Amino acid sequence: MSNHVSSYKPLSPMAKWWDDRLPIARLIHDSFVEFPTPRNLNYLWTFGGILSFCLVAQIVTGLVLAMHYQPSGADAFNSVERIRRDVNFGWMIRNFHAVGASMFFVAVYIHIFRGLYYGSYKAPREILWILGVLIFLAMMATAFMGYALPWGQMSFWGVTVITNLFSSLDGVIPGVGTAIVTWLWGGFSVSGATLNRFFSLHYLLPFVIMGLVILHVWALHVAGQNNPTGLDLKHKSDSVPMAPYAVMKDAVGLFAFLIVFAWFVFFLPDYLGHADNYIEANPLVTPPHIVPEWYFLPFYAILRAIPSKLGGVLAMFGAIAVLFFVPWLDTSRVRSTKYRPIYRWFFWLFVISCLALGYLGAKPADGIYVFWARVFTFYYFAHFLIVMPIVGLIETPKQLPRSITEDVLGPDKHTGGGMGIPAGAAAAPEKR
Amino acid sequence: MAAETEDPNRRDVLVMTANAFAAVGGASLLWPFIHQMNPDAGAQALASIEVDLAPVKEGQAITVMWRGKPLFIRNRTKDEIAAARKTALAELPDVVEPAADTARVKAGKENWLVLVGICTHLGCIPKGQSLADTKGDFGGWFCPCHGSHYDTSGRIRKGPAPRNLDVPPYEFVSDTKIKIG
Ligand code: HEM
Ligand code: FES
Repeated sequence: MSNHVSSYKPLSPMAKWWDDRLPIARLIHDSFVEFPTPRNLNYLWTFGGILSFCLVAQIVTGLVLAMHYQPSGADAFNSVERIRRDVNFGWMIRNFHAVGASMFFVAVYIHIFRGLYYGSYKAPREILWILGVLIFLAMMATAFMGYALPWGQMSFWGVTVITNLFSSLDGVIPGVGTAIVTWLWGGFSVSGATLNRFFSLHYLLPFVIMGLVILHVWALHVAGQNNPTGLDLKHKSDSVPMAPYAVMKDAVGLFAFLIVFAWFVFFLPDYLGHADNYIEANPLVTPPHIVPEWYFLPFYAILRAIPSKLGGVLAMFGAIAVLFFVPWLDTSRVRSTKYRPIYRWFFWLFVISCLALGYLGAKPADGIYVFWARVFTFYYFAHFLIVMPIVGLIETPKQLPRSITEDVLGPDKHTGGGMGIPAGAAAAPEKR
Repeated sequence: MAAETEDPNRRDVLVMTANAFAAVGGASLLWPFIHQMNPDAGAQALASIEVDLAPVKEGQAITVMWRGKPLFIRNRTKDEIAAARKTALAELPDVVEPAADTARVKAGKENWLVLVGICTHLGCIPKGQSLADTKGDFGGWFCPCHGSHYDTSGRIRKGPAPRNLDVPPYEFVSDTKIKIG
């Protein structure tokens, strides 16, 4: 943590020379070797490392693709086909990148639900959480523009439908929506000009994400990691140094993740995509059934659940915007849902709602599907705006362990170390 | 008379002037970087096209491209025109422009309906141009993306689209030829 004294000892005169000029080895030692991590972290805490891996993997494979890809309306589709057939190992690197985007979202969704379950957004981690939501937004923008690049039918019509969302602003101030859409397109319809700028931004945004990740990790290292009990670190025995303990656990998690990743890359490379994207973009024919990539489906379902154009767009963006306010919407005094007997049920109901919205987003927008999409959209918002504030106030949390050490080793091992009455928000809230 | 007591003093004026110039200068430099993304001169050039309608038989429709957009041109049947005329304006959901059918075609050429073939919801191309297509509940066009139904005048009747299909600027240059744009 920020206020602790560095234990870095340069081992050679050369290291000492560097340390006096640019103490980067010290920074790494303090942040990733000696950094105290709670001793009770479970495998859900390995997804931060997995996500960092995903970002680097997307950048490396993307750089390679950009060496062979041609961002023009006339050549884009064929250049991706050439990458798949002619470029040496192009098929593999392209699969890494396309499957990698999906895996990135698998990891980020697990990471977000982990944070929601263990209350990792609560004080003092609000900024950390908000930076995370910003990363999520930037990831969505990056993936959306990346999916445009192969210039297949889904690319083209996905871009058309999503950019047209902004035309709903015509309902607020006439003309403004159309002006924005024309500006985004660089023409009066989606065209090669649109593709070209999307490529430029698709190249840029991952580096913006990198910057946000650095801030995210910085904020994490100021507040310290949360853990399954939601308790703060109180004694030395509550934590272990990051290396080798957390590092090794992260490695095990990463390898398990990579097995799934490789399975998709080598055996099901197109399973997560859509067959229509192997048909070149045609501005005269809309595919019968437009669906976005799977990771956008819950939000797409929310968009279509609302019967008004502007309303649907507001609800869709609102579904993400509401995440920014979670730290203040949750009124509970304990962090971890483990100790929240009532909220726990609502948490799983929320998970089910998100999965159901994902399923419904892939179905046609009529009849019974619209009905259920409305039900789950209602719960999605109710969870944040009604359940979180109210349950936090009326619920009596279960008895918390007195410390992380006690939680791991049992009550008799709780080493006091001069701590009488525990201070802080998480201390014995069931007695208040 | 110490300078510090003046309000505002000369230094404040200098700082405020410098800041104001920097703000105006910065803002005016920003505009080119925003405006470069708008349609360029090539896309702006008002391309107009002429279309020969003679081969289009009654009940048929053709699709032509104009400024990168598909245009629907339909030679409507008597029944289709009658259906469009009989609809009361109060039944039309487009409140911005509740157009009567007569306002959407040229007088004396009521059978010719010319439309921008882009759904006003989120920009898909509605079905209804070819004979095998489903034409929706009102016999005009049906957008499969989110289920918008257009009637035989291209007006929105049901579904999420907020507006009628647009009518592009066009005129008859001869009895069977139109100029669009
Ligand atoms: C946050 C990181 C990134 C994400 C989530 C991402 C996502 C995507 C997605 C979803 C596609 C479409 C894949 C397909 O279906 O074919 C794509 C394509 C592409 N990306 Fe990325 N990308 C990232 C980073 C990068 C970077 C840093 C570069 C360039 C240095 C890059 C270059 C490309 C190129 C050239 C394509 C087109 C080739 C193809 O479609 O296979 N990407 N990206
Ligand atoms: S784009 Fe036509 S109904 Fe949505």
